[in-house]
Amino acid sequence: MTPGARQIVFENVSKFYGEVLGVNKVSFSLEPGITSLVGPNGSGKTTLMNLLTGLIKPSHGSIHVLGLTTRQPVEFFRQVGYCTQFDSFPPGTNGYDFIYWPLRLHGFAHDQAAKLTNEALERAGMAQVARRKVAGYSKGMRQRIRLAQAIAHHPSVLVLDEPLNGLDPMARAESIALFQAIAKQGMHVIISSHILEEVDRISDRVVLMSSGYVVAEGQIREVRREVRDHPMQILVRCSNAAKLASAAFELDHVVEAKILTDGQSVLVRTRDSEQFYLLLNKIVSAGLLDVDAVAPADDDVNSIYQYLIGSDGGPA
Amino acid sequence: MSAQNLAAQAQKWTKEQPWRLYASQITVLVRNEVRRNLFTRRRIWVYLLALIPVLLLLGHNVFDRSNRDASQIDNDTVVLAGIIQLYYFRLGIFFACMGIFTWLFRGEIVERTLHYQFLVPVRKEVLVVGKFLAGAIISILLFETAVIACFYLTYTRFGSAGTFYVFNGPGLGQLGPYCLATALACVGYGALFLALSLLFKNPIVPGALLLGWETIAPIFPAWAQRLTVTFYLKDLCPVILPSSGPMAIFTVVAEPVSLFVAVIGLLCLAVAVLVLSCFLIHRIEITYTAE
Repeated sequence: MTPGARQIVFENVSKFYGEVLGVNKVSFSLEPGITSLVGPNGSGKTTLMNLLTGLIKPSHGSIHVLGLTTRQPVEFFRQVGYCTQFDSFPPGTNGYDFIYWPLRLHGFAHDQAAKLTNEALERAGMAQVARRKVAGYSKGMRQRIRLAQAIAHHPSVLVLDEPLNGLDPMARAESIALFQAIAKQGMHVIISSHILEEVDRISDRVVLMSSGYVVAEGQIREVRREVRDHPMQILVRCSNAAKLASAAFELDHVVEAKILTDGQSVLVRTRDSEQFYLLLNKIVSAGLLDVDAVAPADDDVNSIYQYLIGSDGGPA
Repeated sequence: MSAQNLAAQAQKWTKEQPWRLYASQITVLVRNEVRRNLFTRRRIWVYLLALIPVLLLLGHNVFDRSNRDASQIDNDTVVLAGIIQLYYFRLGIFFACMGIFTWLFRGEIVERTLHYQFLVPVRKEVLVVGKFLAGAIISILLFETAVIACFYLTYTRFGSAGTFYVFNGPGLGQLGPYCLATALACVGYGALFLALSLLFKNPIVPGALLLGWETIAPIFPAWAQRLTVTFYLKDLCPVILPSSGPMAIFTVVAEPVSLFVAVIGLLCLAVAVLVLSCFLIHRIEITYTAE
């Protein structure tokens, strides 16, 4: 495989800490957009991010980010920004210096670095407190100042380890909007998060991890279709729920059709959602019933997480 | 100019002029490290190591008003040589460099901040050189000041005779080599401790072994003595200390080297160890919990 100039490519990557497995035989490639790493504690999400950014080295395999490796640090770290989970800062630093001096190491002159620093502080909502010592910041502020540092040099790949931790709902919404804006510019945003509703809302694709292995990877709907052990759930709200339920039962791939308590909705569990949608089209075309709403009920990250990893999608 | 354009411009600039980028990165690294390591309460013990002889000499000048006869100048010159060669070169600078240079990387691992240095577009070799220069500046600044202060206090108590000795006698001619040797001691020990900190999680034990080696090396053959920092420093010093004590019996007198060889030899040793550090830094991974 030739590492693509726009892709992030993991090729058969393994990482062992002595005899302890970090991640094993990970291979995938990511296109620009928002990718979420999801998995329980110890599943290898942070290891994968640290491998991606060169903080640790793979025991086997190789990683290319936009065709670059960490052996070309000058070019590599111009393209990559990483907001780690380490809640530690250089002693005595303030918010402004925390962003400004790394920018000087990027090669920016004073004026340029100052401009980028102020811009990053504004984007992270930290401009008002920038001159205060980081040691006096709240957890949410520390999270945001790290985020500001990671985005200050306008990286093409933004790696964020639990970036929503410790943020209040307003800051969380602002951060999500920021990630989406960055992704819309054609950049990579890689997020690990245990807040599955938010992951589901913002992600273009997910990488599900468990015990150091990538369990599934791809667009959420694609991944859901691949989970054949758990039939897809489709909720249909229509004028005649009983008729739809009986029609659905006649199909081999439908394993359950349940009329919900409102009497107007049917929850169908099917192994072939495409066939079911065809049936639905036929029924509606024939004028047998009116459909108010059709929605997949379990093609979200939370459901996929439950099916593949087996817990309730709690803290990951 | 938009921020994206600034980033693109900086990228172009670094491709065209990488050495200018490295120089500017080293300047920033040195500035940050000096601020972080020089003006901090954590370094009070290093200041004390540098200042102990200065304080003793100051006390001696204030409280001992006898023995100010010009005939005592030669004796005090030997005492000054002892302070510089036995205290500063073997203990003071040694332990201060151990504290300063091992903390450059290990300190960042303890404080869990090293990843910030690894996530910027800086070659790790540049990082090593920047940190080393910062450590060298800190230690040289402290110990040059201390040595000059000791020199001043040694001769100022003799009044006009002391002034004459300094400016018309051999005084200034001795201060120059002492300052040179002090700077080289900081550079030599600094390079060694920087490498040890990258090689060992706890550099204290290998540091103690290094101190032992520097102490007993005089009883080994001349070629082995050349693998110590003190061998070169000794030949740079303008005043030869008389050998005494039980070690003197076993001491193998190595042929002295010229000033040029001593300076170049120590610098070569420091550069070789620094090159080794540049290789060692690539082994470091950010796994704070395992440290």
